[in-house]
Amino acid sequence: MTDALSKMLADRDWILADGATGTNLFNMGLSSGDAPELWNVEHPDRIEQLYIMAVDAGSDLFLTNSFGGNAARLKLHNAQKRARELSRISAEIGRNVADKRDREIIVAGSVGPTGEIMAPMGALTHELAVEIFHEQADGLKEGGADVLWLETISAPEEYKAAAEAFARVGMPWCGTMSFDTAGRTMMGMTSADMATMVDKLDPGPLAFGANCGVGASDLMRTVLGFVAQGTERPIIAKGNAGIPKYVDGHIHYDGTPDLMAEYAVLARDAGATIIGGCCGTMPEHLSKMREALETRERGPRPTLDQITAKLGAFSSAVDGTEDTDGDDSAPSRRGRRSRRRG
Amino acid sequence: MSDDGDDIILSELDDEELVEQMWDDLYDGLKDEIVEGVNILLERGWAPYRVLTEALVGGMTIVGKDFRDGILFVPEVLLAANAMKAGMGILKPLLAETGAPRVGKMVIGTVKGDIHDIGKNLVGMMMEGAGFEVVDLGINNPVESYLEALETEKPDILGMSALLTTTMPYMKVVIDTLVEQGKRDDYIVLVGGAPLNEEFGKAIGADAYCRDAAVAVETAKELVGRRHNQGATG
Repeated sequence: MTDALSKMLADRDWILADGATGTNLFNMGLSSGDAPELWNVEHPDRIEQLYIMAVDAGSDLFLTNSFGGNAARLKLHNAQKRARELSRISAEIGRNVADKRDREIIVAGSVGPTGEIMAPMGALTHELAVEIFHEQADGLKEGGADVLWLETISAPEEYKAAAEAFARVGMPWCGTMSFDTAGRTMMGMTSADMATMVDKLDPGPLAFGANCGVGASDLMRTVLGFVAQGTERPIIAKGNAGIPKYVDGHIHYDGTPDLMAEYAVLARDAGATIIGGCCGTMPEHLSKMREALETRERGPRPTLDQITAKLGAFSSAVDGTEDTDGDDSAPSRRGRRSRRRG
Repeated sequence: MSDDGDDIILSELDDEELVEQMWDDLYDGLKDEIVEGVNILLERGWAPYRVLTEALVGGMTIVGKDFRDGILFVPEVLLAANAMKAGMGILKPLLAETGAPRVGKMVIGTVKGDIHDIGKNLVGMMMEGAGFEVVDLGINNPVESYLEALETEKPDILGMSALLTTTMPYMKVVIDTLVEQGKRDDYIVLVGGAPLNEEFGKAIGADAYCRDAAVAVETAKELVGRRHNQGATG
């Protein structure tokens, strides 16, 4: 219990994480298609500003600008050899911002997916995936991150590979998956599956949960799915500020600061401990979320109906965790004939 | 429904049963069985185009529907698409020989800065399965590679994919360039990817947003059909 996040989790009822990285960087002039991680070197002042905006808005924890900072992703920009360096610098800038404050601020080293499909379905082997994550984790550790933070994962195999890499560098870690396909991850994992998987990992994450995905409502349903598994582990909720829209040459998310404040309170009441935003969540959203968490009393766990009443409809009728007994509405695989042959 | 135990011998099934069995085998991603089924139908004198449309496309349509409805997910669809690809491997040279009708041609690629190609590959495979010719530009495509491919391949459709909110605006860069060069109306532009939605597709000037591979195939067929009709009347 010596690491900063474990301490904060022990002391606090809830922790406010940060919001969007990409959406904020676009506003600072990042061009679509360019690697945000290169800005750690080219525009360190802007990355510092990105972190400062989150902290000023009330975040207790922010993620480093290293989401795509692994070799598999950086090779697009011919920077595959710079995974460790770019990750390290993202954390160094963060450490600097955090250490200047008189309240405790956690620097979480962001680790995103490799973007590849893991074997046997795809080409990326477990060993290579571990190596890729290990390299990035080394950089984040050197840069002074308090905790490693895996996010937006869809394949359980990739989550496990990252967990193994994090164990190798001996850092505490957190990990979230993205439930964006009919309430499951793209690879079909349900919230219940994830809670079960996480409990089997050793060392397991300090906290686990969901980020990104479709909108605040869907993310809340996923959180309730985790809670239903009876997990003792702290839950992370980092939902998008609504749905992306294209307005005047920019991506704009339609979730208002007030809606995100509502979401933050619902997430806490549902059982999440680390609460933040993802795409589209700007400083003005974070301020409102902080204010709501500080001023509004903890309420009973919300029901699905209360969630949709306050945050809007779900993107799919079910999310794969429903009890199918006596329920015809849940879709299931086609029944099939057997064909064991030869 | 039924329990296992009864071995099914594909060659003993009549045509109709065999096609239905192949739909099931595609659904379960059984590559060897699909290859066997394709060969049996060919031996029975089926035209390659009929094998493609009735057995393979028919089966992939079911897979596509269940994918769309959140019953199947990416791993199952990849397996099914691989099985279909194995069947296509046999049919492709035969289709070329017999001059089978082609539905249309598509150039597809993931935009600059984005390496995600899972969705794009699924679209490519499903489109091929539906009888389209597909030219895959791979990942990380700057506007120049799209333009070059459009010039050399002369497709009916341009498909663009993005999985990141940081890369999806790049689709507009490509469309704007086409508009500038007066080429926008030469192609049907379809866009897709997890963070996108219909409104986004409209706002950037695409013909349609396709939320998954099954919808992409339906949309492509409809728009290509409409185009041909326009050509006939105009």
